[in-house]
Amino acid sequence: MNAKKLMGFAAFLLVVFVFVPMFISATGRWDFYYTLTSVALLSVGAAGVWLTFYIGRINIGQGAYALVGGYVSTILVTQAGVSFWLTLPLAGLFCAFISVLIGFPILRLRGVYFAMVTLVLTEVARLSALALPITNGAKGITSIPQPGELSLFGLTIIPAFGSLSNPRVGFYVMAVVLMIITYLVLWRIVNSRLGHLCRSLQQNEELSASIGVNTAYLRLLAYAISSFFGGIAGAMFASIAQSIYPSSFVVADSVNFMLYCFLGGLGYVFGPMLGTLLLYFGWDLLSIAKEYQLLIYSGVMILLMLVLPNGVLSLLDKKESRA
Amino acid sequence: MTPILQIKNITKRYGGLTAVNDVSFDVNKGEILSVIGPNGAGKSTLFKLISSFVPATSGEVLFNGTRISSLAPHKVAQMGVVRTFQETTIFRSMTVRENIIVSHHLRSKASLFGFFIGTKQAKEDEAAFAASADNIVDFLGLQAIRNELASNLPQGHLRALGMAIGLATDPKVILLDEPFAGMNHDETMKMVNLVRRLRDERGVTVLLVEHDMPAVMKISDRIVCINFGQKIAEGTPKEIRENDKVIEAYLGSEDAAIGM
Ligand SMILES: Nc1ncnc2c1ncn2[C@@H]1O[C@H](COP(=O)(O)OP(=O)(O)OP(=O)(O)O)[C@@H](O)[C@H]1O
Ligand SMILES: [Mg+2]
Repeated sequence: MNAKKLMGFAAFLLVVFVFVPMFISATGRWDFYYTLTSVALLSVGAAGVWLTFYIGRINIGQGAYALVGGYVSTILVTQAGVSFWLTLPLAGLFCAFISVLIGFPILRLRGVYFAMVTLVLTEVARLSALALPITNGAKGITSIPQPGELSLFGLTIIPAFGSLSNPRVGFYVMAVVLMIITYLVLWRIVNSRLGHLCRSLQQNEELSASIGVNTAYLRLLAYAISSFFGGIAGAMFASIAQSIYPSSFVVADSVNFMLYCFLGGLGYVFGPMLGTLLLYFGWDLLSIAKEYQLLIYSGVMILLMLVLPNGVLSLLDKKESRA
Repeated sequence: MTPILQIKNITKRYGGLTAVNDVSFDVNKGEILSVIGPNGAGKSTLFKLISSFVPATSGEVLFNGTRISSLAPHKVAQMGVVRTFQETTIFRSMTVRENIIVSHHLRSKASLFGFFIGTKQAKEDEAAFAASADNIVDFLGLQAIRNELASNLPQGHLRALGMAIGLATDPKVILLDEPFAGMNHDETMKMVNLVRRLRDERGVTVLLVEHDMPAVMKISDRIVCINFGQKIAEGTPKEIRENDKVIEAYLGSEDAAIGM
């Protein structure tokens, strides 16, 4: 069982770090690097949303944390000269911190009530970014310097991006590494007691309290981790785009994060990753359909949800039970 | 010796309705005490008050002399006062064994972070939970269904699982809300036996609400009867059986088939 998992992990590494670059240089589709980088980062945000689903809350507010994370990192880099690599965890922690303040009152809400409030959060974040002096309003912050060198004890771990001959590959590698770390963390959470307690919360909050689980604390913890993921995803997005605007993450992005989870499957740790890949790529590929892009896209989405209500990954389950 | 639980003048009002009205009684350590009363008398509400799932309008509950009535429910569970629910309450999409293992939460020595990184303590905890879960499975005779999904279980097994979940927390006092509901005679007698063994072998003090009078009479050391939220009688099964107020309460209600 464990050997099988290691093999799967090795195969995954082989695909993302060897096959994908080979495919791209063979076909000359260098733009795929940009697409895949976006997929990787969006799936980091989606991992957070998935975790809130895991405690039984519909989170349509991840865009807010991505936006806040983006601004925190950008402002620290441009105004305080902090290394991007340090701002990355700081952006995550800042988001986790405000998510605790926000989550404290709203996590008591359930179902659509929680969902509606989180939906509003993204809009609040956008309006704040427009209004606050430090975010530079609608003009946003542009010309953000690329990430510098990251070294530990004089050892270069990551070279400065400006010095790379092909920063696109650099960003891709960086985003994929971040995604891998995120999903390893998520996988570990789900398979440890923390995840078991989250499941108990999702299935029956009252019973969970009656077996002694501090449900309020656990909800906050899960939401803070979720928002941490949103924050680091946003921070890296801003850095790659070298710019951030109040409209960098809007309500539609928050909704998409949620859809990635739905599509991939709420019962599978790697669901949001696959969901992000399929939806983002699917949307890109459908651009050949021009004005019908949205129509086909929505149609396929509805169909998928009807046919596979438990997400694309539930296909694997069916095969297993048949065998 | 102070009683393990002291219920003091506890009252719960829902708007104009007084669900529990100035009820007081003590529960001694190692006792099996039943709370009876017609439908809507306030029995479940009383249990919710004791386990602190709903705040009392007035009055208090003491556990070993410490006030527990304003604590959060998980804190009360932490202290060792654990309730099971009248509605079958289980974690639906977990197996029987998973239900029981997850309910060992209070026995964790490792922190959540310790579990996350997989410390030695965490591994020991998990092993201990698994062993104890198997123990509880054996105790309740659930071996045959241990790997069944909880949502697939029939009513009788759900009741047993509800009790298993309660037991997993290692309670000092367990509140069982209608543990025999939906069971036939044989199943009930088995369950009566288990509740006894719970007290005899594990030293758990048992408080239970039940409509099945023969079972109540058989199992209880003492009985408290409430009607319209008020305590109308308290005593041994024999005293309760002969109490005029109790007979009247039952005859005056739909629930006349008291079977005493
Ligand atoms: N949350 C609530 N809001 C308003 N009224 C309530 C609430 N919970 C219970 N009640 C009322 O309080 C009274 C007592 O209810 P309770 O559930 O405690 O009765 P019970 O003795 O457990 O009855 P049963 O034997 O049918 O389970 C009932 O009249 C009920 O309608
Ligand atoms: Mg009741």
